[in-house]
Amino acid sequence: MIASRFSARHIVGKSGLALWTAVVVGILLLSVGCSSGDTNQDTTAEKGATAGTEESGRLVVYSGRSESLTGPIIEQFEEATGIDVQVKYGSTSEMAATLQEEGRRSPADVFWAQDPGALGALSEMFKPLPSDVTLAVPEWARSSNGKWVGVSGRARVIVYNTGLSESELPNSVQELTDPKWKGRIGWPPTNASFRVMVTAMRHLWGEDETRAWLEGMLENDVKVFPKNTPIVEAAGKGEVDVGLVNHYYLHRFLAEHGDDFGARNLFLNDGGPGSLVMVAGTGILSAASNSVNAEAFVRFLLSKVAQQYFAASTYEYPLVEGIKTHRLLPPIENLNGPDIDFALLDDLAGTEELLRSTGVIP
Amino acid sequence: MPALIVGAAMALPLAYLAVRSLGAPSEAWELFFRVRTAQILWRSVLLVIVVTGGTLLIGVPLAWLTARTDMPMRRLLSVLVALPLVIPTYVGGFLAVSALGPKGLLQDILEPLGVSRLPEIYGLPGASATLILLSYPYVYLTVRAALTRMDPSLDESARLLGHGTASTFFRLTLPQLRPAMISGSLLVALYTLSDFGAVSLMRYESFTWAIYQQYQAAFARTIAAVLALGLVGLASVVLVLENLARGRSRYYRSSSGSERPQPTVRLKALRWPAAGVAWLVVLAALGLPTLVLGYWLVNGMSAGEPLLLLWRAAWNAVGVSLLAAVASALLAIPVAAIMVRHPGPISTMVYRVSHTGYAMPGIVVALALVFFGSRLVTPLYQTIWLLCFGYVILFLPAALGAVRSSLAQISPRLEESARVLGRSPLRVMLSVTGPLMRSGLLMGGALVFLLTMKELPATLILGPLGFKTLATAVWSASEEAFFARAAAPALMLILVSSIPMAVLVLKERSVRQ
Repeated sequence: MIASRFSARHIVGKSGLALWTAVVVGILLLSVGCSSGDTNQDTTAEKGATAGTEESGRLVVYSGRSESLTGPIIEQFEEATGIDVQVKYGSTSEMAATLQEEGRRSPADVFWAQDPGALGALSEMFKPLPSDVTLAVPEWARSSNGKWVGVSGRARVIVYNTGLSESELPNSVQELTDPKWKGRIGWPPTNASFRVMVTAMRHLWGEDETRAWLEGMLENDVKVFPKNTPIVEAAGKGEVDVGLVNHYYLHRFLAEHGDDFGARNLFLNDGGPGSLVMVAGTGILSAASNSVNAEAFVRFLLSKVAQQYFAASTYEYPLVEGIKTHRLLPPIENLNGPDIDFALLDDLAGTEELLRSTGVIP
Repeated sequence: MPALIVGAAMALPLAYLAVRSLGAPSEAWELFFRVRTAQILWRSVLLVIVVTGGTLLIGVPLAWLTARTDMPMRRLLSVLVALPLVIPTYVGGFLAVSALGPKGLLQDILEPLGVSRLPEIYGLPGASATLILLSYPYVYLTVRAALTRMDPSLDESARLLGHGTASTFFRLTLPQLRPAMISGSLLVALYTLSDFGAVSLMRYESFTWAIYQQYQAAFARTIAAVLALGLVGLASVVLVLENLARGRSRYYRSSSGSERPQPTVRLKALRWPAAGVAWLVVLAALGLPTLVLGYWLVNGMSAGEPLLLLWRAAWNAVGVSLLAAVASALLAIPVAAIMVRHPGPISTMVYRVSHTGYAMPGIVVALALVFFGSRLVTPLYQTIWLLCFGYVILFLPAALGAVRSSLAQISPRLEESARVLGRSPLRVMLSVTGPLMRSGLLMGGALVFLLTMKELPATLILGPLGFKTLATAVWSASEEAFFARAAAPALMLILVSSIPMAVLVLKERSVRQ
């Protein structure tokens, strides 16, 4: 017993440490080397593509939307075209910052973003899309300079706890500054979609009225959340009674928890900023080395198959004509969103300044 | 010289911030010097103080109880109390809210008793409690390692001089533990500075929160860089304080003698209460999160969610984490050596620079490597190698602390003797110092392993295209509110990370016996 323990320690000790380390590193190099081998090949393939014509069967997508939403449809694209799509997943903001740092050296061909704010911030890096691509969606769902196109629609809504009766529900976001809502509202001031809504507000109402609304909300003790999902969860549990979010998160909760989940969406159709319809969209990078494939990909996202997928599986609004909206959603014609050009909504810095000066964010 | 190379590599994020800030518009600087910046800075300082204090209060007693006493089940407990470290704060914070929030699971359970709403945990209490419970193991592990290495003759002398258990602990053991406590709290303090997960979910607007929101909502990376420089300033203050706290004492054995087991302190009547307290910590920091995750998993599966075991992601995570752990432990040696053996302005500089990556939010370090990697080392860009380099920049200090304390307990005379006997410095390192530092290297490597397992922003940004780990799987699912789908990879993450932790803690015990 003692002898065996001694020998075991003897092996590990002294030079054993160096040996052990060498073995571990060796194994790792071998095993990890296999997977990094792929990427090396890919880089050479890419170089070939840049030098010659676009014959390579690959495409690199930076996706600011998570794999659970985009993975299935990307797979369908691969099957339909035989193009090998490689995706980098991250949050929209992380992918946007990465693209900005990479500049023209980026391996990415396509950026798929969660919100028009990120697309606007990167529009200088995009090349203009062919007009037949952009014209496939309504005017409000694309950039006016043709740099990016929306592929799925998401509406701003008020998510409410089902304990509230129909008559108690607000008719507009303005009403939320009424003292009766004190301590009952949740919002996500650092969320990009929320920022787009406030930017729309500034255009529709003007600075002063927007400032007054923000101050009124603060007086009402609005609760700050880091993003949309915890607000929907909080509304479901009754931690808050209403929350300002995008519409589709609720449906994930309903799918997982069933119909007794305690929250529902209220679509405001007052034509104000609270009924804004936004998009998740894509742009093709002007430095893309696979731009033909990239174009095929964007076209695919606007095809019937893909639009049907968004409507059915991600609970978003299809943007091309002739696709049926999910039965749980009010049709897009009924949404009565404000008439506003997304190109006007790129003043995120101004919105941030307003949020800061009112004390919404420190 | 090797230390300088490591130091230069660690300075890359700083260089990036300098490049970005120089190009920053004047508004960015105006923004920086606003009163509110001071307010957010103060909030971060407050959080760091509370969290560091809290982790010392929990970590030191637990280390002593598991390493030195006859507390019941201490072998099992010594592993369990180390495990909360493997839970990412973005998971822990989320679980804390769903369990203890005003309308959380706890309220659900208490509903029949007429509790319709629990008091809010948001803000400083929630953020600090989450961070304390998830990061006290830094203190626990470093202090425990020091306790097991401490020369028992000190204890014996104190006993012979008539000191009791309590008196020995406070007058001898505790002062001896100072370097370990400082190393542990430095890691906690800087980790707290850089954390985004817990503070955002607990709605505590700290400095890192402010940096993140620049990326998240304003897509303004230059302003974020200017703010991150402020965080570097804050980290420097912490490092200066660390240096002051460390003092100039020596901690190695001055006479001859070899490592031998510590005497066990008999707790007598306090045995069970002590174990009760330790179990309470385990329950709060490890049991609760695991239970909630298990609940989601079962809930989801009964609703028809398939149970997805992501072996590929687990394998990727373990692979890169091991690579990062080995690299960090090895690179920590030169920096620790220059710090301990040749203290001076240069070593201090290298040491402090090495900590900047750790004190920064992961996204800043990742973007720094995007900036340099895509320009200077294009063939390595978006490969595992650059990703691992990113992990080293982020987590080297975790290895450095352990390696440094173990080196500080080795008498330089041993090395001197070996040199006098004709061995080259490298041979001395390999044959004398290295083996003696083994426990420090293992501990440091293990900490880096755990940190890498749960790392998210750098993995997403720097990873090869299509690269998935358990952490990214958890993120991908929870980001879109698929909680049941997030539960399986989260539990796997905890389980897989637990194995090296258990081996490490148990191994240390067997060395003692």
